[in-house]
Amino acid sequence: MRDTARVAVVRDAAAIAISTGVYAIAFGAAGVSAGLGVVRTSVLSLLMFSGASQFALVGVLGAGGSVFAAVAGALLLGARNGLYGLRLAGLLRVRGVRRIGTAHGVIDETTAMALVQPDPRLARLAFGVTFGLLYVCWNAGTLIGALGAQALGDPTTFGLDVAAPAAFLALLAPRLRKTPTEVRVALGGAAIAAVATPFVPVGVPILLATVAVVFG
Amino acid sequence: MTAWIAVLVGSIGCYAWKLGGLAAPTRWVDRPAVRRFVELVPVALLAALIAVQTFGSGRALHVDARAAGLAVAVGAVLLRAPFVVVVIAAAAATALLRLVG
Repeated sequence: MRDTARVAVVRDAAAIAISTGVYAIAFGAAGVSAGLGVVRTSVLSLLMFSGASQFALVGVLGAGGSVFAAVAGALLLGARNGLYGLRLAGLLRVRGVRRIGTAHGVIDETTAMALVQPDPRLARLAFGVTFGLLYVCWNAGTLIGALGAQALGDPTTFGLDVAAPAAFLALLAPRLRKTPTEVRVALGGAAIAAVATPFVPVGVPILLATVAVVFG
Repeated sequence: MTAWIAVLVGSIGCYAWKLGGLAAPTRWVDRPAVRRFVELVPVALLAALIAVQTFGSGRALHVDARAAGLAVAVGAVLLRAPFVVVVIAAAAATALLRLVG
């Protein structure tokens, strides 16, 4: 019985990792389209390892935004990983040096996989296996997408400049199906950003959009 | 060079969130209001990114082939198409429109 549960965990983790790999290809293409080049795009996936934050960072830089706006956007999107860490701390029970490596894997998918397991041992297995497989697929996918986009040349010819907003939409969609609050916050955020665009430096409209949360 | 700074500082910051969460005293900031805010911030930011990257060119707003691509993406999402299909359909529609236009 325990073995079947373990096999199921590995199978689910592999499925998540492969679909994330496809998302990573889109990120790799977006990074190169934004002008970051193959090396910086790949280093970002290795070190930041948080999809939405990475997309935001290259999106703002690609549009000509400042380092501050790009980093602030990435950090705002990365804040939820802090909450995941709080929830996982009691479950994973990692101490000392091991916490340094474990922390890198605290993202949407690993947290979701760990929290649905019926007992702590399976949760730790789910976290570790999902982290490992996803890390490999995420970075391999990034490299493939970045090299591919570089080989294709001008990203606009292939509509690659729409890949990032389309990817955001696909990420956002499941959340909009939850409650009307999410829809209001999304529409408010988009409206604030669009209206602010002509008046403030590039990248800042994204940060201003957080105001929509207060009214949501 | 500035892009490298953004990559490295952003990565360190994002890692700090993760480690901070794991290392913080349990239930330290785990209040419903905080959680709600952190859950909704990505919704506002993602929507803002969609708007800016679809209609923005620097500090100007334009409706061009990208808008058509996004419209196709919306359609694909409404049909519950998988992630890859949404992205490829949007890119293909935009590329096609540029080829024709």
